[in-house]
Amino acid sequence: MSADKIAQKKDLSVTVAGVKFPNPVIAASGTYGFGQDYTDLYPLNRLGGISCKGTTILPKDGNPAPRIAETPAGMLNSVGLQNPGVDIFISEHLPKAKRDGNVIIANLAGAVLEDYVRAAEKLDETNVDMIELNISCPNVKQGGASWGISCEGAAAVTKAVRAVTKKPLMVKLTPNVTNIVDIAKAAEAEGADCLSLINTLLGMRIDIKTRRPILKNNVGGFSGPAVFPVAVRMVWQVANAVNIDVVGMGGISTAEDAVEMMMAGAKAIQMGTAIFTDPYSPLKVIDGLEKYMTNNSLETLEEIVGTVQPW
Amino acid sequence: MAFFCGKYEILEREEIARDIFSYVIKCPEAAEAAKAGQFVHIKAEGYTLRRPISICEINKEKGTVRIVFEVRGGGTDKISRLSVGDYMDIILPLGNGFTVKNIPEGKNVVVVGGGIGVPPMCGIAAHYKNVKAIIGFRSKDKVILEEDLERIGADVTVCTDDGSYGEKGVVSLPLERLLEKGETAAIYACGPTPMLKAVIAAAKKYNVPCQVSLEERMACGVGACVGCACRIKRDGKELVLRVCKDGPVFNAEEVVL
Repeated sequence: MSADKIAQKKDLSVTVAGVKFPNPVIAASGTYGFGQDYTDLYPLNRLGGISCKGTTILPKDGNPAPRIAETPAGMLNSVGLQNPGVDIFISEHLPKAKRDGNVIIANLAGAVLEDYVRAAEKLDETNVDMIELNISCPNVKQGGASWGISCEGAAAVTKAVRAVTKKPLMVKLTPNVTNIVDIAKAAEAEGADCLSLINTLLGMRIDIKTRRPILKNNVGGFSGPAVFPVAVRMVWQVANAVNIDVVGMGGISTAEDAVEMMMAGAKAIQMGTAIFTDPYSPLKVIDGLEKYMTNNSLETLEEIVGTVQPW
Repeated sequence: MAFFCGKYEILEREEIARDIFSYVIKCPEAAEAAKAGQFVHIKAEGYTLRRPISICEINKEKGTVRIVFEVRGGGTDKISRLSVGDYMDIILPLGNGFTVKNIPEGKNVVVVGGGIGVPPMCGIAAHYKNVKAIIGFRSKDKVILEEDLERIGADVTVCTDDGSYGEKGVVSLPLERLLEKGETAAIYACGPTPMLKAVIAAAKKYNVPCQVSLEERMACGVGACVGCACRIKRDGKELVLRVCKDGPVFNAEEVVL
């Protein structure tokens, strides 16, 4: 008990799009299920929040296995949005997540506009704290990435979902584009309350013995420490170009990474792949951020957001 | 089904065949919770993904778990360089283990393992008195755990693909010979997919309940990422389940290979 109190003595809270997170560390969508899989190790409420597994209007079986491949300092996945559908999410998973966690974010994916809209209408009637609009899943032909790779697509889906929900809306961007800043601005213009980036980079590994891709889907989303510099660069570019909050993710595994991402312009951060390597890594980042605040005499972590001084 | 994550002391290390390593780990809480057929998820220093390794033997009195794995690449090579007294970073025990059954008097249990699928057979064999073990390998230099299974009390038949040791050929031949006698009440199997297919077909032919342990490339190991998908027939529907959390052990008749 006392250790917990000491660990929480600094106020690590951040506010993103009007939603207060007790600390800036959020489990990234697709890496933390619906928040119940790690509770043997620590309670869900140690995290600032979680972004739940990507949810679609109807259940999805996902892609065939193998869905996982390792890379130097990272991994590929081609899960393909396997999920039980928004109705089961709302009836079974969301109540437990709300009971056990802090900020609960629904990650909404879809193929056609109507799917996004219908699922968003259902989520709007729940007590979910925020909707993360996934227009960036690279693993499904129409897993959203087709919306996220053009300004017109990003604008259209943001506008359509904005029209049916008052929930804070976070639009998750794909890095697999020519100019992420233009897409960020398009989402902002249509009513996004904040942006999260980056989703995974499209990658591929080949087994040289069989001449077959390791992933049955041939290609998949690349994540982990290897993508961190790409993520920092994109967060910095986007944060400088928009007037809404930015949540940074992509390869964060230490408190130093989190500080770096915040200096690039992120108000909060998401962690994913690092949790696979070390399930305790989000807690280590939270503890490290607190030490960083003490060592640098910070009253609030928001003091460092966007403070990089470019040459 | 609580699991733990921590650094656990290595008490024993042995290379039991070329590139195949046996480790005994001190982890009293996890050993107390562990069941045969469950697995552990080991961090390899410098690698992003942990390596899932099935539990070979559990000693609840000593508070130890034994694992046996083959070096397949850089990650398992890294783990195999850990020495006695070092600490292994492990999440354990994970998944659903084998279900232990009541076996009628006069009946036996058959455990079938292929290659690096043999280790979990030690754990389940330890639950029974009358056990037949059929274990298959590519060649003599890859044969493992024959003496361990005998120590546990199993009547062991070894097969090698090239006939360099034991019976030449695949495990399904001695398995069918055993099943023909009609004395087998349960089968447990772990090994490569062609072997599992043959075992499942034999179990079906002789109408013997069979549990198989599957493997798949994994990321989280605890059910969160849905990376390790397998297809399972249940209640007339084909489901996509997680090897790590819904398995790795499934009833043979459910498995779609």
